[in-house]
Amino acid sequence: MIAYDMLLLRFGEITLKGKNRMRFEKAALMHIKSLLRPYPAVEILREFGRIYVLLNGEPAREIIEALKQVFGVTSISPVKIAPPRLEEIIAAAKDFVRELPADRAIPFKVNARRVWKPFPYGSQEMNRLIGGPVLQASPQLKVDVHHPEVELRVEIREQGAYIFSEVIPGAGGFPLGTNGKAMLLLSGGIDSPVAGWSAMRRGLEIECVHFHSYPFTSKRAEEKVIELAKVLSRYAGQVKLHLVPFTEIQTSLARTGQDNLIITLMRRSMLRIATRLAEQSGALALVTGDSLGQVASQTLPSMNVIGRATDLPLLRPLVMNDKEDIIQTAKKIGTYDLSILPYEDCCTLFVPKSPSTNPNLRIVEKIEAGLTELAEQVEAAVKGTETLVIRPHEEVKRRSDQEEGAAVPDKWF
Amino acid sequence: MKYFDNAATTPPYKEVIHTITEVMSAHYGNPSSLHRYGEDSARLLQKAREVCAEALGVHAGEIVFTSGATESNNIAVKGAALQWITRGKHLITTMTEHPSVFESFKQLERQGWEVTYLEVDAAGEVTEEQVAQAVRTDTVLVSVMHVNNETGCVQPVAEIGRMLKKKYPRVLFHVDGVQGFGKVPLYLKESGIDLYSLSAHKIRGPKGIGLLYVREDVSLFPLLTGGGQEGGLRPGTENIPYIVGMAKAVRMAKEAEKTVSERLKLLRATLMEGISRLPELKLNSVPEGAPHIVHFSYPGMKAEALLHMLEEEGFLVSTKSACSSRKAEPSRVLQAMGKLPDICLSGIRISLGDEHTESDIQDLIAALNKAVGRVRHLKGENLT
Repeated sequence: MIAYDMLLLRFGEITLKGKNRMRFEKAALMHIKSLLRPYPAVEILREFGRIYVLLNGEPAREIIEALKQVFGVTSISPVKIAPPRLEEIIAAAKDFVRELPADRAIPFKVNARRVWKPFPYGSQEMNRLIGGPVLQASPQLKVDVHHPEVELRVEIREQGAYIFSEVIPGAGGFPLGTNGKAMLLLSGGIDSPVAGWSAMRRGLEIECVHFHSYPFTSKRAEEKVIELAKVLSRYAGQVKLHLVPFTEIQTSLARTGQDNLIITLMRRSMLRIATRLAEQSGALALVTGDSLGQVASQTLPSMNVIGRATDLPLLRPLVMNDKEDIIQTAKKIGTYDLSILPYEDCCTLFVPKSPSTNPNLRIVEKIEAGLTELAEQVEAAVKGTETLVIRPHEEVKRRSDQEEGAAVPDKWF
Repeated sequence: MKYFDNAATTPPYKEVIHTITEVMSAHYGNPSSLHRYGEDSARLLQKAREVCAEALGVHAGEIVFTSGATESNNIAVKGAALQWITRGKHLITTMTEHPSVFESFKQLERQGWEVTYLEVDAAGEVTEEQVAQAVRTDTVLVSVMHVNNETGCVQPVAEIGRMLKKKYPRVLFHVDGVQGFGKVPLYLKESGIDLYSLSAHKIRGPKGIGLLYVREDVSLFPLLTGGGQEGGLRPGTENIPYIVGMAKAVRMAKEAEKTVSERLKLLRATLMEGISRLPELKLNSVPEGAPHIVHFSYPGMKAEALLHMLEEEGFLVSTKSACSSRKAEPSRVLQAMGKLPDICLSGIRISLGDEHTESDIQDLIAALNKAVGRVRHLKGENLT
């Protein structure tokens, strides 16, 4: 295997953003630094539109996997650095193609660029000077300058020649937190974690809100949400998770006997609580996993009636996505296996046989007006909210753990 | 008594015994139960999975707890063969595998699979090229052990795995890692390994517990059916105390891997040097083998006699591997290495542990000298 010396990270659309570019690149740099903390030997350098990570012996593949999570980075290439002398560049180029499969013809091209002008050969000349010996060394390659499957890039700089061919797609989007903060309504399902990831990818900082109805929902449902938040925290370094006690509100709503409107009523109360939590933490929007038409509460009339319970912008990253696409993303970001664990969350409680797909706003408001205790219960839920700070590799400390002592003492392991 | 049979089993760490005792009395809940006791057990199970995964450099979801390496090997070999029957019915392994691998292949052979058993050289090794040459379009699985349990011979599994991933990415690669873990470093993710078996009691953990690493995206046919535990691959209520105990042993073995293997290397060199000075004894282990196993033969002398003479001197060693030492058959492993029959019948295995010191080794060499001296003149046909 080639021992790579460096990784090259490219930015996409953020480089277009004029004055904000510096701020965006700095945010990405911070994110990269936090992810690379376990690899103390690496050095990180910033250049126009690019970031270089000098490996200094740290494992390339592992670090690439970690850096695929950096928002704003469009692609990553592992780079071999050769001394800027023709023979050494050719030798390194040969090493590169030796790794390619030998059992079929591979369309191939060399793309050399002389950045350091004192280097004696021009870019065009270098293409030929490298291409010749490389093709000789690996007969399965055939030159195809228009549609190469493998493009060997050589950038000749004073400090060395950067040789690379692999272009690994990055997470894309905007660097973390460069577009402000929002509250994510995180259930235990497949959609909401994907919505959260999409929001983060677009530069939003996310705090998660989860509603639980213990004892109707199990502690395990809650642990599942903590695990989901943990996966999301991998992309952000840390996330906050607000666990809201929803049992009281849910039982009052159930007592109204308005079976087919209960989901509408529940969702409206959730939005009110999330809005209050957003105010407390300075978030400017709510993010949900709604996907148009997927379930009764996600029809357009339902979205209309539910959405009116908040005056914050409601962001629905998945609203036009198909389920299959959402599932694919969930698998890619590592939330799918957790999401399909069978623990019930509060959204599936008291669910009627035929929930309304076309709730009437006037009726809903009338029911709520009749529930004198609702406003107080919303306040109580906000007050009773437990906020956890979740980091990728840390045990989560719960209020109940401190009371009883942890069930999983470290000394046993 | 000095215990020199660590390849058969090892003395459990005191810390592991403590952990097991405490977990067993504090947490009897079934991890599948929904109440608090169940949740606590489920958390211990999850934490143990994470600790084992970290030591192996893999993801927690890729660890399946089993009752030991025999079960891990059976699930890996037969589970892969049965699952991928549509891809083909050709399998590859070596002549020197542990019986739990070897007999699994024999069983599959009787059921209509075709198995290529790779020959080993005089040192007991197979090569990457041999494996490459044996692969066919209908090959489903290659299984090669990391360290041989009789001779300590180290197979080039990383090279084999990388070659397979590059040239034949569809072929699954299983490694029996029982004797290698904690002694010879191996990086699963960088070595093209899809399945990897481990046993706790060979690394100072409890008996009756082991694990199988199953790379994500690899599916196996479950040999047992039941309540769906361990991703459906190994149903049955989880043995939480032993699983936690194993996690501790795995972590401790991994942390000590470098220092222990370097120390044992020196002790082993001293021991091999001492053995080579006795002309009656023929070393079967090679210097570059694993740092904890020394195997030699006393041609013409019944191995058991030597074993008991050493026992009288206070040293416990082994003839062949523990699993097969009660059978009076020549060693399959030594035969595969092309050794003469009287060498195959008279093998002694000495296996070291991190509790041994330089003076233990000197005493053992002295005891060997004494034992050989006692029987030197008795050599004859009737003794083997």
